[in-house]
Amino acid sequence: MSAPSMESVANQVMWNRLISVVEEQAQALVRTAFSTSVREAGDLSAGVYDLEGRMLAQAVTGTPGHVNAMADAVAHFMREIGVQNMYDGDVYITNDPWMGTGHLHDITVVTPSFYKGELVGYFGCTAHVVDIGGRGFGADAHSVYEEGLRIPVMKFAERGEVDLSLVNIVRNNVREADQVVGDIYALAACNEIGHRRLAGMLDEFGLDNLESISAFILEHSHRATVERIAQMPQDVAVNTMDIDGFDKPVHMQVRLEFHDDHADIDFTGTSGVDRKGINVPHVYTKAYACYALKCAIAPEIPNNAASLAPFRVSAPEGSILNAPHPAPVALRHVMGHMIPDVIFGALHKLVPDSAPTEGASSLCNFQVSLRPRSDGNAPPDTTRAEVLMFNSGGTGARPALDGLNATAFPSGVMTMPIEATEHTGPVVIWRKELRPDSGGAGKQRGGLGQYMEIGARDGHEFDFSAMFDRVHHPARGRNGGKNGGATTIGLDDGGAMQGKGRQAVPPGRKVLLALPGGAGYGDPMQRDRELVLRDVERGYISRRSAMKDYGVPEDKLPPERPKTI
Amino acid sequence: MSTDGIRLGVDIGGTFTDVVLERAGAYYTTKVLTTASAPEEAIMAGIAQVCGESNVELSQISTIIHGTTLATNALIERRGAKTALITTKGFRDVIEMRTESRFEQYDLNLQLPEALIARNHRFVLNERMDASGKVLVPLERTDVEALADFIKQEGYDSVAVGLIHSYLNGAHEQLVREVLLEKIPDLTISLSCEVSPQMREYERFNTVAANAYVKPLMKSYLTRLVGRLKATGITCPVFLMHSGGGIISLESASEFPVRLVESGPAGGAIFAANIAGRYNANRVLSFDMGGTTAKICLIRDQTPKTSRVFEVARTYRFRKGSGMPISIPVIDMVEIGAGGGSLAHVDAMRQIRVGPESAGSEPGPACYQRGGDHAAVTDADLVLGRLDADNFARGTIRLSTDASREALQGDVGEALDMAADTAAFAISEVVDENMANAARVHAVENGEDLSGYTMIAFGGAAPLHAGRLCQKLGIDRMIVPPGAGVGSAIGFLMAPFSFEATRSIYMRMTEFRPAPIKALLKELAEEARAFVRTCDAAAEITCDYKVFMRYAGQGWEIPVELSEQDASNPTASCYREKFEQTYTALFGRTVQGLDIEITSWSVNAATRVDPPAIVSEVQTGRQAAPDGSRELFDPAAGGYGSAGTFQRDHLSPGKSVTGPAIITEAETPIIVPSGFTAVTQSDGCIEVFRDAARKSEGVAA
Repeated sequence: MSAPSMESVANQVMWNRLISVVEEQAQALVRTAFSTSVREAGDLSAGVYDLEGRMLAQAVTGTPGHVNAMADAVAHFMREIGVQNMYDGDVYITNDPWMGTGHLHDITVVTPSFYKGELVGYFGCTAHVVDIGGRGFGADAHSVYEEGLRIPVMKFAERGEVDLSLVNIVRNNVREADQVVGDIYALAACNEIGHRRLAGMLDEFGLDNLESISAFILEHSHRATVERIAQMPQDVAVNTMDIDGFDKPVHMQVRLEFHDDHADIDFTGTSGVDRKGINVPHVYTKAYACYALKCAIAPEIPNNAASLAPFRVSAPEGSILNAPHPAPVALRHVMGHMIPDVIFGALHKLVPDSAPTEGASSLCNFQVSLRPRSDGNAPPDTTRAEVLMFNSGGTGARPALDGLNATAFPSGVMTMPIEATEHTGPVVIWRKELRPDSGGAGKQRGGLGQYMEIGARDGHEFDFSAMFDRVHHPARGRNGGKNGGATTIGLDDGGAMQGKGRQAVPPGRKVLLALPGGAGYGDPMQRDRELVLRDVERGYISRRSAMKDYGVPEDKLPPERPKTI
Repeated sequence: MSTDGIRLGVDIGGTFTDVVLERAGAYYTTKVLTTASAPEEAIMAGIAQVCGESNVELSQISTIIHGTTLATNALIERRGAKTALITTKGFRDVIEMRTESRFEQYDLNLQLPEALIARNHRFVLNERMDASGKVLVPLERTDVEALADFIKQEGYDSVAVGLIHSYLNGAHEQLVREVLLEKIPDLTISLSCEVSPQMREYERFNTVAANAYVKPLMKSYLTRLVGRLKATGITCPVFLMHSGGGIISLESASEFPVRLVESGPAGGAIFAANIAGRYNANRVLSFDMGGTTAKICLIRDQTPKTSRVFEVARTYRFRKGSGMPISIPVIDMVEIGAGGGSLAHVDAMRQIRVGPESAGSEPGPACYQRGGDHAAVTDADLVLGRLDADNFARGTIRLSTDASREALQGDVGEALDMAADTAAFAISEVVDENMANAARVHAVENGEDLSGYTMIAFGGAAPLHAGRLCQKLGIDRMIVPPGAGVGSAIGFLMAPFSFEATRSIYMRMTEFRPAPIKALLKELAEEARAFVRTCDAAAEITCDYKVFMRYAGQGWEIPVELSEQDASNPTASCYREKFEQTYTALFGRTVQGLDIEITSWSVNAATRVDPPAIVSEVQTGRQAAPDGSRELFDPAAGGYGSAGTFQRDHLSPGKSVTGPAIITEAETPIIVPSGFTAVTQSDGCIEVFRDAARKSEGVAA
């Protein structure tokens, strides 16, 4: 058997192995993390990089905004630390939004991997921590300085010795110190697991470094991606979408152009930087723009530096999608998660019916800051706590399939079990269930959003930091499909609330949320009658909607369930 | 438990029903085709066969131990009862909303599995417990009565009850049952606080829903089975294997049928654990590879690793998250789509992918020439010389090497410009690597390092691939037991009667109070013992104590084992020390300055199983003479070479075979890689050692 083909078999095996190594790395992070955002929701990522800082593999567990942003992160560490200053046992850290993954709440940890005394590559990982000081997680800051502690690219540990001064600074600047410090240790531990497995792989294959496998992975990925791009029409399309913003609408505009070996995605025409914390560092814009196109045209090609490179993303500096320091960026994900929708709209113009229509898209986060009631009536066992929850609305209908109910697209992060959430603080989640009639009508129906009701245990009051969009700009249908249901938010006594910002909730009151639905695809009158009747039976749509939106005569509808049940 | 008399192990699988009769330590085995519509038929046929062979009268049978995939299949195929789910107001859709994530991030056409119980069959009650188990909203009896009338009117066969925080306080769930039974006395009811008293509502509700869904079916099947057995004169007790690797009574099984899910593979793990005992192997990887999937399980100190949650009915390439989580005590294993029938193709990156699509037995791999023309792992194995074309499956199927080559060339070779031989090697390497990766990730999740492990290989395809897997995992020793084809059914006969009682009660180490802990563990032990006592009135019962601990603020607990002494005389310092030891072993270092908490408590009561007789192991033997030779591909060297063939029947204890070699038997040949030596042991096992390791350990050559 010829030598090249044997080597090719070994390379195939090692590529699989690296993907498995970074998955082990991610699982170690989930198991040891403290914040519910990491351990329950999987708001994290993990990857391995070659000596030039190019990402070779990423864990399947993880969220695209982290992974694709982190693809660029290692290069910053190499530049800021200096390769000559790197030692075995070092661990590096930052939460710089412009060098990490877009906001201060994401801590990125990079560990150089030494093998037989030589630097062979890097392991990196990122996780969203529950607090980073400042005003707390929310849209309210006017600059990044108000958003919390900014850790520059620096050493968390040198030759195995943790920098306890840094730990002390973090401890004294964040609200949930144990959780945040615990998570930093978890990030360091997970890179360590990756490093151990990599050394095992190099031993087994008798290699001294990653050079040959790196070249193999990058070359194959690049070729496969370019082949896919070459199959697209070499043409241009422009699409726009308006969304809520903080207190004035944000206009998103994209120009998508396919060339024979790359795609240009340009956001010229998009609104400028906002005064509130909804701005997006370019790295995060790039992450979600790449993700969207990759899903649509090359979904099974593993993520790495070469499979991302042919997607060239640009946005004018000073636009909300390329916000420079010191713009406030805490809620960069609210805008960032909308990027796939606007790109899919453009793609549809070039290749009709190749992508979903608009959905809820932005993860519907909120943070609850609980404290003993401040009117002097707090019982003795009351406490303070920060509770973060991730929840999702419905996804947009697909050309041939309904949207998904209450499912995180594009972020893919999990919700937290409410039983786990209620153990982290004196919060009570009174309701978390599907929201009928919120999926936009269509031949393919949009996914349903959800209802939530949030209160505090007796004796507490809380601030509610809202991070919702699509209050004024619901997801838009395609080809005759109807819009998805808009977000609503308010108090149970009828008091009004805003979609974004920190708002006080008095003792005894609950926040009522209706999270948005995805939009419909195609003319609802053409929807399969059986599916409409099933939707009525299950209560996904009301009888009224079946008659009005889908034209089902009343006598054809299933009988109504008794009101009391 | 008593091992006197004549005992039967019966394992119903998807394709075959295996029956094993044990008399005085000897096994009589058979495989008959599963009769899906009336599974008891195949059992009766199998029993008749083994009794005939062994000259045993039906009335002489003293015990039957039974495991089955019926519950699993009912969940996969959605053939359960008309089931309602009653839950807390505001949480009607927990089992449908799942985790709200997507198990495949890049598939825009992803479809989520349907909830086991559709939305229109889910009902809510106005009630609520808080996170400490105190009542926030009391449950009104009249509300339950109104709902009960509706349940009756709609004719539901089975009802699942899952209320928020019921793992801390089951009073409301119990009230629901009380009222339902008043109104509908013959209704089948399952409560989440009994079926799975664990935090995390999605897993708990899904588990109680699954239990309720299969309960009528399993009850009726078990009743029919006992009736059929009685009618033919078999009046001995029938026990069931559960997913946690123990045996429970027919009554418990009928009440908690979800515990029978994966009982077959659990039997396989018990089988492997027994072999491990014979060889005094304390760190074992069991490797069970069949036609469609491979299962890998870690066995420490002759005890399979257990877990409290697993997933059934994965709908998307065995992808984690695409199935239904079931939280019950279970032997923890990974199952991946890698078997002899797994098909290979080349993807967009010009990477070879193998499985999870499988050619199955119909049409089968290309070499069967039964209409399958795609390249399967078996085709690769044939071309690489591991299988004998004229002597496969007791000679029942003649394999065509030409057909394999053609399929390998077509599906892989052409796209990658590889000859059929190279393609075969590549496929074999990819599938072995997939299995090795699954094993590695599984080991890491359990904080284990596989070097120093012993592999125990069984199942149709395992002996072909086990050697290579050992090379990849750095494992120096593997054992291929006899009877590997019916390993699960044999395993049933080796399992103890057991029951695990658990409670979720939170306690910080800073609030450690010995008296209530002592009382709680005592109560759990009594509860578990009582269950076991119903199976065996006399046997000695032992209890294993475990608490699940974590740093306050973490979400995932680690199991910490306690001694009888720790249970009866608990001290904070001892619990803390044991936690820190376990945590360090798993994750490298402890976290400074954080409080530790206990989240759940569990006591497993089990009858004592006599440890297997230790085999006096032979590491070197007299070289056996080969029956012949054939060309065998050597993956480590990357080329073909001549390998001796040996018939297993002809290898008396103490005979040794030096790799590369092929040991043939009625079912699947064992491949002994180069650099390894196989030695036949006195109990019929074949033990395969890595030569270098034997030398380095100073074993005389």
